[in-house]
Amino acid sequence: MTMKSYLLGAAVAVAAGLPLLPVGASAADGIYVPLFSYRTGPFAGSGTPIVNGMADYLNMLNERDGGIGGVKLIVEECETGYDTKKGLECYEQVKSKNPVLTNPYSTGITLPLIGKAAIDKIPVLSMAYGLSASADGSNFPWVFNPPATYWDGASMFVSYVGKQEGGLDKLKGKKLGLVYLDAPYGKEPIPVLEALAKDYGFELKLYPVPAAEMQNQSSQWLNIRRDRPDWIYLQGFGAMNPTAVKEAAKNSYPMDHLIGNWWAGGDDDARPAGADAKGYLSLDFNQVGTDFPVIQDILKHVVDKGKSQTPKEKVGENLYNRGVLNSMIIAEGIRNAQKLSGKKVIDGTDMRRGLETLVISAARLKEMGADGFAAPMAVTCADHSGHNAAYMAKWDGTKWTKGSDWIEPIKAKVMPLIDEASKAYATANAGWPKRSEACDAK
Amino acid sequence: MLYREAGQFKSSYTADMAVFPILQDRIGLGIVLFIAVVIIPYFGSSFLIQAIMIPFLIFSLASIGLNLLTGYTGLLSLGTGAFMGVGAYACYKLTTYFPGVNIIVWILASGFFSAAVGVVFGLPSLRIKGFYLAVATLAAQFFLSWCFIRQPWFYNYNTSGAIEVPTRALFGIPVTGATSSFTTRYFVVLGIVIVMTWLASNLVHGRIGRMWMAVRDMDLAAELIGIRLLQTKLLAFAISSFYSGVAGALLVFMWYGSAEPSVFDVNLSFFILFMVIIGGLGSLTGSFFGAALIFILPIVLRYIPPKLGIPIQSATVDHIQYMVIGALIVIFLIAEPAGLARLWQIGKQKLRVWPFPY
Repeated sequence: MTMKSYLLGAAVAVAAGLPLLPVGASAADGIYVPLFSYRTGPFAGSGTPIVNGMADYLNMLNERDGGIGGVKLIVEECETGYDTKKGLECYEQVKSKNPVLTNPYSTGITLPLIGKAAIDKIPVLSMAYGLSASADGSNFPWVFNPPATYWDGASMFVSYVGKQEGGLDKLKGKKLGLVYLDAPYGKEPIPVLEALAKDYGFELKLYPVPAAEMQNQSSQWLNIRRDRPDWIYLQGFGAMNPTAVKEAAKNSYPMDHLIGNWWAGGDDDARPAGADAKGYLSLDFNQVGTDFPVIQDILKHVVDKGKSQTPKEKVGENLYNRGVLNSMIIAEGIRNAQKLSGKKVIDGTDMRRGLETLVISAARLKEMGADGFAAPMAVTCADHSGHNAAYMAKWDGTKWTKGSDWIEPIKAKVMPLIDEASKAYATANAGWPKRSEACDAK
Repeated sequence: MLYREAGQFKSSYTADMAVFPILQDRIGLGIVLFIAVVIIPYFGSSFLIQAIMIPFLIFSLASIGLNLLTGYTGLLSLGTGAFMGVGAYACYKLTTYFPGVNIIVWILASGFFSAAVGVVFGLPSLRIKGFYLAVATLAAQFFLSWCFIRQPWFYNYNTSGAIEVPTRALFGIPVTGATSSFTTRYFVVLGIVIVMTWLASNLVHGRIGRMWMAVRDMDLAAELIGIRLLQTKLLAFAISSFYSGVAGALLVFMWYGSAEPSVFDVNLSFFILFMVIIGGLGSLTGSFFGAALIFILPIVLRYIPPKLGIPIQSATVDHIQYMVIGALIVIFLIAEPAGLARLWQIGKQKLRVWPFPY
């Protein structure tokens, strides 16, 4: 190699290093809403529709109403690939741009952000994921996880099963199985299910699926065939879900007794098994389809104008609509924060107050063009999840349909566990700050 | 021109055998240290320090650790991620049992736990070599990952199954946890990395390093000249794992703040191994180059399109970045199979004789 090419190489290296110098985006002209996405990596199948829905709703508000309260939303995606390393890099990147909140969309990224949220004054909205204990607002003033936690989800499963069996007292002696991803996310429902098993006398069978073996579950399903559990709850993610559904079909497990949690309810989770998966149920807190004025508005203002990355036929799928619901919570939080602070351009501190007084009533849902799209939800100072209802979505062989009425979680069992876990978290993390933020009146 | 040793006379053997015999190299090292110790903490943004420098230093330390084993002793290991995990979990357990003890003591002490585990899994290296050893260390990776996921004792029976870093202070200044300032954490990481790099440099230039290299180049010959293979190989495993363990503890305590077991999966082992291979086997400078290329370059690439004002989706940037990094790795390895460190050496050699190469 010659001297010249060396100098050239050095020059290129220096030029490449230059853009590293940080620049703070001026947020004065809008409200900066960063979206952490994972359109790449092993979980892209779930991540893409979610972030499509989130971006489309916020962009629709920009197009239709000119933003919120007359202020444009600056929507920016940061790709995490579901990787904690990249997620933290994204966080550092958006932090300087005055974001009103973060949506980490991964348990691994949520956990480190929980500690940072209070310091950097950026609320974390982990919609029905992350740390269940963070629903305790008195200990986690900066973290929000509406409309329900994983523990609520597990209790809804038990409550639904009880109803099908003719009463919770009929659960005695039944076998309930849990097929879960062997990672913190998958293990979330275990404490609740164990507590409920003790109370109602059913037997809990655990079938962990190691993350590396997500697509090879034959040994777990062999055990299931041997144990014959009456009902199965599936707490899976990504490629694990379609594999579980296909295995269930192959082992002729009754599909209407296989119940996925809400992250096991993607269209792409059930579709590979097709007609064989008919009857597969999945907990869900948003409705599917395009028959809502709000989705029609998205189609009209964003998708049809080519301002979206979403293929038109994917609009209205389950995870897409969940992304829309997530953005509705963000938008309502911003609206609330504007009202409370009297400012047009809000910051993270205002947003925290806005989310804490969030109420999305049935009437408000109707106003938003989403009548019946989700159960009405409310967040309070003490309760950052709301423990709201969900329903069973049913796979009809080609698409998701409504399979049950709204199911309330067994709050009496879940709340004490949340309190306990939240206290344990504060003790384990010595120096965890006491809540100093005042509560707002609604 | 500037880089020339003409006129620098060595009057003692010590001067002749110095690690940096040329004055300009010593000045260069001084400048790098000055930038790292003074310029970056005072002028660097939070993004530069938290998202780039801290992880870069931690990965450099981990790849120095693996380089001692793979580059200097010639023992291929795929267990680095797990050994880093041992360090992180050991530090977590130690600091929860003895919260009063200085956290830096525990970070360094966790290296010993990792070293002990490393020695146990290094035992097969006496009988098996090359790819077969890689498979044996892969077993360590799987076994330890299993421990971190399945043994609740390791994460203190935490319901979330993850470990969370408590706040620990040093002389009244919080060093870990969310309240600690990034500059403090940077100084801690930088201090540990500088001291441990200096130690590693002394190790590899001394008797132990020569023993390792003799074993690497031909273990039969090494045995014949009186090097005891058992002790030498196990020492390499112990010291390498010590470095990995400290790097793992730093990774969780100084950077992540909390960690799921999946952080220490086999991908991390490969990540570090790539740094070592691309940086240059058997070179400490190469470990830093490798960490820079594998960790920093993707971040830089991500920011080029937005800086140039090209409207491009973040996911597309990610795809392009994978392709560019992949291509660069292939190009670098074709240009110089011995890694970036060798490229750096050739460059310096050319500079020394430039502009009259003959």
